[in-house]
Amino acid sequence: MSDGTRTVPSPPLSRRELVERLFGLGATALATALGAGASVASLAAAPPARAAVPEGGLPTKRQFRYGMVIDTRRCVGCRACVVACKAENKTPPGVSYTVVVEEAVGNRFDDKPIFMTKPCFHCENPPCVDVCPVSATFKRERDGIVVIDYDRCIGCRYCITGCPYGARYFDFGENYAPVAAGTAYAQVPSPEYGQFRTRTGASPVGNVRKCTFCLHLQDAEGRYDKRAGRWPACAKTCTGHAIFFGDFNDPESEVSRLVRERQPIRLKEELGTEPNVHYLL
Amino acid sequence: MNPTGLKRLFWISGVVLLGVGLVGWYDRLAHGHLNANYGSVVPWGLWVAAYIYFIGLSAGSFLISSLVYVFNMKRFERIGRLAVFTAVVTLFLALLSIWVDLGHMGRAWKVIVYANFKSPMAWMIWLYSAYLLLLVVELWFLLRADLVAGLGAPGLKGAAYRMLSLGSRDGSEGAATRDRRVVRILATIGVPVAIMFHGGVGALFGVVAARPHWHSGMFPILFLLSALVSGGALLTVIAAIFQDGWRQNRDTVLALGQMVLGLLLLDILFQISEMLVATYGGVPGHIAGLKLVIGGPFWWVFWGWQLALGTLIPVLLLAGPTRKDPRWVTLAGLLIAVGFLGVRLNIVIPGLAAEEIRGLSRAFASARMTTHYVPSLSEWLVTLGVVGLGLLLFGFGEFLLPKEPGASRTASGSGDGHGGAMPLAAEEASHVRA
Repeated sequence: MSDGTRTVPSPPLSRRELVERLFGLGATALATALGAGASVASLAAAPPARAAVPEGGLPTKRQFRYGMVIDTRRCVGCRACVVACKAENKTPPGVSYTVVVEEAVGNRFDDKPIFMTKPCFHCENPPCVDVCPVSATFKRERDGIVVIDYDRCIGCRYCITGCPYGARYFDFGENYAPVAAGTAYAQVPSPEYGQFRTRTGASPVGNVRKCTFCLHLQDAEGRYDKRAGRWPACAKTCTGHAIFFGDFNDPESEVSRLVRERQPIRLKEELGTEPNVHYLL
Repeated sequence: MNPTGLKRLFWISGVVLLGVGLVGWYDRLAHGHLNANYGSVVPWGLWVAAYIYFIGLSAGSFLISSLVYVFNMKRFERIGRLAVFTAVVTLFLALLSIWVDLGHMGRAWKVIVYANFKSPMAWMIWLYSAYLLLLVVELWFLLRADLVAGLGAPGLKGAAYRMLSLGSRDGSEGAATRDRRVVRILATIGVPVAIMFHGGVGALFGVVAARPHWHSGMFPILFLLSALVSGGALLTVIAAIFQDGWRQNRDTVLALGQMVLGLLLLDILFQISEMLVATYGGVPGHIAGLKLVIGGPFWWVFWGWQLALGTLIPVLLLAGPTRKDPRWVTLAGLLIAVGFLGVRLNIVIPGLAAEEIRGLSRAFASARMTTHYVPSLSEWLVTLGVVGLGLLLFGFGEFLLPKEPGASRTASGSGDGHGGAMPLAAEEASHVRA
């Protein structure tokens, strides 16, 4: 039951912290300094975003607005994204940051089902964030990625009920056989949040977990680099090139162009969550 | 069955339940959530249902006690203090139930320190902390005069009184008048607090737009009504067993029965309204949960447990000629009190068991991704243990704490055996002060 406070070993993080404090507005820096402490800072960014999001989810003061466009017509249902995510984030059984759901659809020319790969949508108005009783989950001020502070999360699972998209998973402490048996695999840490935790029974066991857009692959300035391989694992691996990832704040990005030029949809628009993951049908 | 026999049954149940419960608690503390059956599709299960059940009992008992201390209704006076004590015990059980449900039990304190007031859960926690404080202070003022009067009692009781009286030694009538005034003020403040915090528990579910089965303005109201019904029903059973039982508390039991009937009918009205509107609307998402309640794999929780046992039979017992017999009324109370756990289960689980994204539960193979949730043995044991602990706490409290004035005096030779662990003579001695 211990909180398992960890120090983050990698030096780039402290530099990242510094950069964030420079970026942060007065209130941000103050809140980070006052309340958040080391663990939140290691999630790299900022305390819960309290900034108002303009109507229609227009670009905010956020530096980046990361999101995806997923082309279901390119998806063949191979689930390489699911495997890549597991390999990247070392998620245990029962936790899968992205899944592929398939559905047979009537009134189509063929029997081909729709495959839909579904990561966290990192909504503009994330209901999971509002319901968290301890602000352990929040939307990062710099890039809008919805993260979880494993050292603050109490494991009440209210956010799982609050998410309309089933994007959150509880870590029950189950392990794949080699990890449970204590082989060398058990020593392999998850790079998540740059925190490099292993499964020792402390957090993230007993926490809620979710997709982070592989934010541990960002550089200190918060940028991804597709050519260098610093790109969300699912998008990087997709065999059919169905998963497009990028920054919606950059009008020239691939995702911005796709949203502008095609007719994507978002799931459960009626809930007003403004997902940052769009689908092409 | 006479009150002494009922009491013996009560103590035996308490010991047995706590005993088996310890196995569950050991399992939970040693193995975390591994042996719990909820998952990531149905993330809340029996423990959350038990939590809202107990917290409903607490709010209900407290609100009924306020009939005595705020609204001066003399007919419930004999169970007034017991009702407040019941509210304290059931609140404690509720907190235990939800504490064991946390992924990190050692972090429970964070909900106070890092409260996010955008979250109804944070509001609920602050409100029930305030409510707990208020309950304990009110109970102390309710008991103070009797504790002072019983300071000299021999043995355990005297020692307990000396400790619980917190140094208060003023047995004067003036102090007793002050106590009554303080109780009245606290109880009056307590009414809106209890309504807010239990309405808040309903809101905790009601605000979740992601779960259409919960997402209704009716929820806070339904929670309050369910609290009053189940709390009243529990108090009926308590009045029949304790403070000399149904023979002496006949009028109280019957009056409680009629009040519970009224509240239950009102509750049914609200539930029917909720169901009819949702069904007629027919929006698939909205009726998915309802369909599960009525015709899902656990249809019998609704038709058998909630409707037949917890509603129809008690309504008949409370409305028919049996309403004049405290034993039948007690049975009705017991059925409702047990039946409402079914109501609570039917709120929590069907609301979650409908897939949010079609195909999600089949997306990868894991027992944690099923919509078909059945509480595991370990979960049941934990909850039974909580119930057992509650019975014992309540029994000890009722035994130790001062009884209602006049309760023992009329006890007509109930000297049949002494299984009830009630040294009546000693009781009487401590109450001669009157």
